[in-house]
Amino acid sequence: MMTRKEIDLWVGIFAVIGIGAMLFLSLKVANLTTLGTADTYQIRAKFDNIGGLKVRAPVKSSGVVVGRVGEIRFDNETFEAVVTLNIEGRYQFPKDTSAKILTSGLLGEQYVGLTAGGDQVNLKTGDVLKITQSAVVLENLISQFLYSKAAEGGDKNSKAAEDGEKKK
Amino acid sequence: MGRIAELLRALGARIVDIWIWRLGFATRFLLITLRESGTSFRRFHLTIREIYFAGVHSLIIILVSGLFVGMVLGLQGYDTLARYGSSDALGVLVALSLVRELGPVIAGLLFASRAGSAITAEIGLMKATEQLSAMEMMAVDPIARVVAPRFWAGVISMPLLAALFSAMGVFGGYLVGVRLIGVDEGSFWSQMQAAVDFREDIVNGVIKSLVFGIAVTWIAVFEGYDAPPTAEGVSGATTRTVVISSLAILALDFVMTALMFRGI
Repeated sequence: MMTRKEIDLWVGIFAVIGIGAMLFLSLKVANLTTLGTADTYQIRAKFDNIGGLKVRAPVKSSGVVVGRVGEIRFDNETFEAVVTLNIEGRYQFPKDTSAKILTSGLLGEQYVGLTAGGDQVNLKTGDVLKITQSAVVLENLISQFLYSKAAEGGDKNSKAAEDGEKKK
Repeated sequence: MGRIAELLRALGARIVDIWIWRLGFATRFLLITLRESGTSFRRFHLTIREIYFAGVHSLIIILVSGLFVGMVLGLQGYDTLARYGSSDALGVLVALSLVRELGPVIAGLLFASRAGSAITAEIGLMKATEQLSAMEMMAVDPIARVVAPRFWAGVISMPLLAALFSAMGVFGGYLVGVRLIGVDEGSFWSQMQAAVDFREDIVNGVIKSLVFGIAVTWIAVFEGYDAPPTAEGVSGATTRTVVISSLAILALDFVMTALMFRGI
């Protein structure tokens, strides 16, 4: 039978490594240190089409994560998607910053890319980004491609016809 | 008509007698345990002793299975991800599957068979050898002295064991993915850190393991306390603890996953 001191020691070790494992999961696996939810400001951006953008998708500028997508809703008056971006307080952007919806890699997740402008005044909570670019939708891309191909083909046919006329 | 009504009546009586009666009894038992659990905190060494038997003795099996589950996830995950040219996401796959599901569930199943069965057998034998009645004779409440410390020990141990399981699993995935196969170490960790969220994934995993801890130890102490005081009764109760708590873990896991991760 173990003495009470030994039992206390083992339970102490168990508690320490258990809490250590939780800390490891929080800090190393989930990277809690860079979360900083307290200090953010909210800006809004309106897009014609957000594609597959999801809440909590990253907001990046020059490839660095500067915030997260907070809320996505549909504005029933302008018929546009309104995306709220939570930007970390330590990153300030000029007022004429533009937002794009981009895709990381060929099949990767979609994120919002910010490109800083040159204005003297910085963005603050509640501001709306004026310049936005919607997500690329594959179907639109394909139909554009087909349309331009068809137009090209049409040109060739008409040219061939013209050449034929001339030869005669 | 009469035969069918007779059959239905027999079925109803069976359900009421076996399931509903026992469920109500178990709920009352849990409430009494909670009411009497003051002692397990005032005399905390009682609980510490039980944490030693339930938690510390489960450490080896939890750590070893966590490591191997993580290593298998690393191998299998790499095999599948490499087909889509995204083996850099191996860290995400290993960490998310462990933290969200496998950590709490497998640790819960192991805990049920390693510690839950021991708790049931111990309490059942104490009842069969009339130790519990002896306590009552000495005006010691067996629920406050025997049941509540075991219950709280299980509730405290389970989240720690699940966290250890997940941490060992991530380490096992790292060993196989980065050390053995040669996935890039930087993208292994950074993609994992970008994808795993503290609130959504880690906290939800801990909540799951806490619920499993409550369910498993509740079933274990109840089955032990309710066991018929015979050798056969104790062995049956021990088996029932493992079967019912394993099923309860899987069912609760489905319900909690549906509630927690529906939007993602």
